[in-house]
Amino acid sequence: MRLSEVIQYAKGEVLNPSVFKDYEIVGGCGADLMSDVLTAAKPGAVLLTGLCNPQVVRTAEMADVRAVIFLRGKQPTPEMIELATQKNIPIISSQKGMFELCGQLYKAGLLGLEASWSDYHE
Amino acid sequence: MSDSLQELYGRTGRTITDRDAQDITRVEELSYDLKTSDVMTRDVQCLAPMDTMRAVFDLLRKYHISGAPVTENDTLVGVISQEDLMRAMADGDQHAPIQKYMTKKVITVKSYEPVVKALEIFARTKIGRLPVVDENEKLAGMITKGDITRGVLIAIRKDYQEEEIRRYRASHLFEDIISDRTSLILRYKIKPRDFTNGGQASSHIKRALLRLGASPQLARQCGIAVYEAEMNLIFHSNNGGVLRVQVEPRRILMQTSDDGPGIPDVKQALQPGWSTASELARSMGFGAGMGLVNIQRCVNKMDLESAPGKGTKLFMEIHLRSDEKFKAPPESPEGPGV
Repeated sequence: MRLSEVIQYAKGEVLNPSVFKDYEIVGGCGADLMSDVLTAAKPGAVLLTGLCNPQVVRTAEMADVRAVIFLRGKQPTPEMIELATQKNIPIISSQKGMFELCGQLYKAGLLGLEASWSDYHE
Repeated sequence: MSDSLQELYGRTGRTITDRDAQDITRVEELSYDLKTSDVMTRDVQCLAPMDTMRAVFDLLRKYHISGAPVTENDTLVGVISQEDLMRAMADGDQHAPIQKYMTKKVITVKSYEPVVKALEIFARTKIGRLPVVDENEKLAGMITKGDITRGVLIAIRKDYQEEEIRRYRASHLFEDIISDRTSLILRYKIKPRDFTNGGQASSHIKRALLRLGASPQLARQCGIAVYEAEMNLIFHSNNGGVLRVQVEPRRILMQTSDDGPGIPDVKQALQPGWSTASELARSMGFGAGMGLVNIQRCVNKMDLESAPGKGTKLFMEIHLRSDEKFKAPPESPEGPGV
């Protein structure tokens, strides 16, 4: 699925259009806990989150997240947008809830890009 | 692209590996990065609307081409093709002006549009070559699939060479300097409760490792480990601390140290889900007691030393696989004899 399609589902707005590219998105990861993202998100995922602070962008950078969608109408600060732009990560703001958007994207064929958690509980 | 990705990532339940996911190709990125004007042919044979069909015949034969744009004062007004020529010949109309036979409604692509735009048109229309026009509809050049392939290949080669040279400059450190033990040490001071800059040191470390020739997977693994460790200093230490990374040809040693408050029960701290984090840390998306567990997963060896009142030292070590060890490329990029 293209990032532009993901944005259509999200009814979202790209906040740093200068780094927007219509990437092929191979999967998604939904989390508010950044440690979970760092643990389980695979490189190239689009991150859906209700959390809105600079650490989300840092986490996205560390975990090689391709794009971040801030849900529930959360508005990142100009500093966060600037950081994401520096790190070449498109960020998108959406009014939708986490459950709803995850569900819609999954139904539309986007894979979950979280590793199976059973791998982490040996 | 979409089909092949589907095939690559599969709907068959195969687990997507880190490597797969990183394979999202540079080629695809390039099709957005490159502009049509970067790859098009600029030197184009043009005709004028009042030239004769005979002139078309001569031009196509002379340059072995199958069509040509028709311009008036550099503005594109049509295209004329081999097929148009055959129609004119069939009518015995070789002295007719081109404008009688040319296609006037021409599909074009703008010189400032990305290459992917031209690819979309090629896919949709089965047209083999497209005129490229500038913002004033003046003809700037012609573009074919072949031009795009060539442009992408050149860009990839350039990318690759630049990257190789960059990496070589950094990584030959380990080859050229002879010692019993060579290492590169990076140190960062981490301030307590500095949430705005939290992660900056880790960002620098990840970048440095990539520069040194680490694979994206390795850089990511180290990045995640030091980021969790950096955030621990920011959230928990009294006065901040130091993050130190020691890069060696076969391993990476990472260490954080602070002067307090220290951890009363180290064993408990290593339990998944155990956390003493503040509400603030939790509100930042951390502090769910997964940080150390996550670090442990990313590194080959981890050691936590701490006592209340004495401070905490966290040691992390990643061993490089033999195919991953930092080394210079086999040949110097400047070529032999330089």
